Amino acid sequence: MKVVVCVKQIPDPADPGALDPETRTLKRDVKLILDESDSYGVEMALQLVDAAGEGEVILVSMAPNGERSGLATALAMGAASAILISDPELVGSDALTTAKLLATAVKDQGADLIIAGSESSDGYTGVVPEQIAGVLDLPSVTAAKSIEVDGSSIKVQRQTDGGYDDVTCPLPAVVSVTAGVVEPRYPSFKGIMAAKNKPVEEKSAADLGFDASQVGWAGAGQEIIEVTDAPKRQAGEVIEDDGEAFTKIVAYLENMKVI
Amino acid sequence: MICVMTQPSSPFYNDDHESYRQVVRQFTAKEITPNVHEWDLAGEVPRDLYRKAGDIGLFGDGFEAEYGGHGQRDALMRLVLMEELCMSGSGGVVAALFSNYIGLPPIQKFGSSDIKAEVIAPCQTGEKIGALAITEPSGGSDVARIKTTARKDGGDYVINGSKTFITSGMRADYFTAAVRTGPDGPAGISMIVIPGDAPGVARTKLDKMGWLASDTATLYFDDVRVPERYLLGEENAGFSMIVNNFNAERMDLAVQSVAFSRVCYNEALAWARERETFGRRLADHQVIRHKLVEMDRAINAHQAWLELLSWRLNQGDDPVAEIAEAKVGATVTYELCAREAAQILGGASYLRGDTVERLYREVRVQAIGGGSEEIMRDLASRQLGI
Repeated sequence: MKVVVCVKQIPDPADPGALDPETRTLKRDVKLILDESDSYGVEMALQLVDAAGEGEVILVSMAPNGERSGLATALAMGAASAILISDPELVGSDALTTAKLLATAVKDQGADLIIAGSESSDGYTGVVPEQIAGVLDLPSVTAAKSIEVDGSSIKVQRQTDGGYDDVTCPLPAVVSVTAGVVEPRYPSFKGIMAAKNKPVEEKSAADLGFDASQVGWAGAGQEIIEVTDAPKRQAGEVIEDDGEAFTKIVAYLENMKVI
Repeated sequence: MICVMTQPSSPFYNDDHESYRQVVRQFTAKEITPNVHEWDLAGEVPRDLYRKAGDIGLFGDGFEAEYGGHGQRDALMRLVLMEELCMSGSGGVVAALFSNYIGLPPIQKFGSSDIKAEVIAPCQTGEKIGALAITEPSGGSDVARIKTTARKDGGDYVINGSKTFITSGMRADYFTAAVRTGPDGPAGISMIVIPGDAPGVARTKLDKMGWLASDTATLYFDDVRVPERYLLGEENAGFSMIVNNFNAERMDLAVQSVAFSRVCYNEALAWARERETFGRRLADHQVIRHKLVEMDRAINAHQAWLELLSWRLNQGDDPVAEIAEAKVGATVTYELCAREAAQILGGASYLRGDTVERLYREVRVQAIGGGSEEIMRDLASRQLGI
């Protein structure tokens, strides 16, 4: 079984990020790490290949400056190889352009299944997996909490507000995975050492058949007009304990419909 | 709070070190730090933690890949993984996990391939636990006078005697033990592997001031029969094995001491920035700022020294005197930092469950175990020809 996992490499959320004042986009000229939300997809793919008893996991990522640190983490977890799309022309690419580029890189891999995180931890557009499916004309299942391969189809438990849906879908397909549904393995020492010798194929926009007018700022169909800070968190309600504080807390929680 | 080892740009570390540092950092923050107080109360770490640690290769530095090790000895990698484990703020957890690193190296160097496969391989995966058994009730630092005997009887050795202060002593599956097979003095000592389930092995748990999460025991050997093949190297050649093994243990203890000093500093700094007295943050009082700078200064100096010593070990150097000196410096630094952190935290540092309270108690074992400060100074003076 061959599973392609689309992964994003993002600035470390532990370090305060910075926006480029001109483009109003996140500065990405720092060391990037594997987006934690993608580690769930990598883990799920590795488990599926393990369960199948054969096959491999291939990573596809788009990142500036030939950045591979995040890919190295996923390779150390057990992925077999990676395709890295990196090209100065790609700066400013919007979600749809990103999806087109990723889909083009994925297309020739002969994947049985394409997995992606539901949304990245930096951009949060939450549309790229479905756009990849659209570009490739493949069925798309979103918000998967589990995937089970059954011959030429998959059974997916799809998370919903009220529980989950059971979905059956023919392969190949694109499935987005919800964060937190599996326990991503830690890369081992041996995995880190082995990752150094795993192939990472770097491709430019031109390699994938795109010219400069189709990608980056020039090809973007969306524009960031304005960025504003998230509103500061308001101070909470302080309940003084006069011996009856618990009744006020219970009333507050009931009012919030928490209990 | 989650502590992070300050890592300025350094010429010593490569991408492998940095990658593994991140893995161990995540592992420590998720699997260990939230549990250390609970494990202190339980008096041991869960056996499952050894398997999890084995999965990411925490026991592998210096061991052959054939038996599940890293396939390389990299003192800087060892320093990295020690430092990050110590960010948990529990020397007991670190001691429990890393009894493998003091018990197994003699087997790696002098054991047959059969013994390596039998002992080292399952210890690498965390299925089994190895421990070192040198110290005896009759004496600690003077290892040349050990009294536990191993008498040849047919194809076996018959072992009688006792060992004490043995880390992982209650649970270890294999003990790498020093035994007397010859005349009095260093020329009559051998090293032998004793399976923990061999008939005649008994154990008594020791209650301690610190390292509560680590099980420590006194061992009793009463006519314990061990096949001859468990002897490591030549008969009566054990003293040099012990001495050589101590160097790595002392480096580990020094690295741990500096890392725990950093935890003390981080805890004190966070508290000093948050806590207000007399209308100002603690950190705004000059006397507190000076304490913090003294801590940071000593930590940085010793961290840099240990990195340099690790690099020299990787070059094939054997700086025995400086390792002994570094261990003294590291534990003196730890003592300073634990004390000053406790002073800064005040009453909070006197409460069970507080990180500084735990480390304050654990300073002593770092300053005594693996060679006391007094013995280290004496060793260094002899090595330096003073």
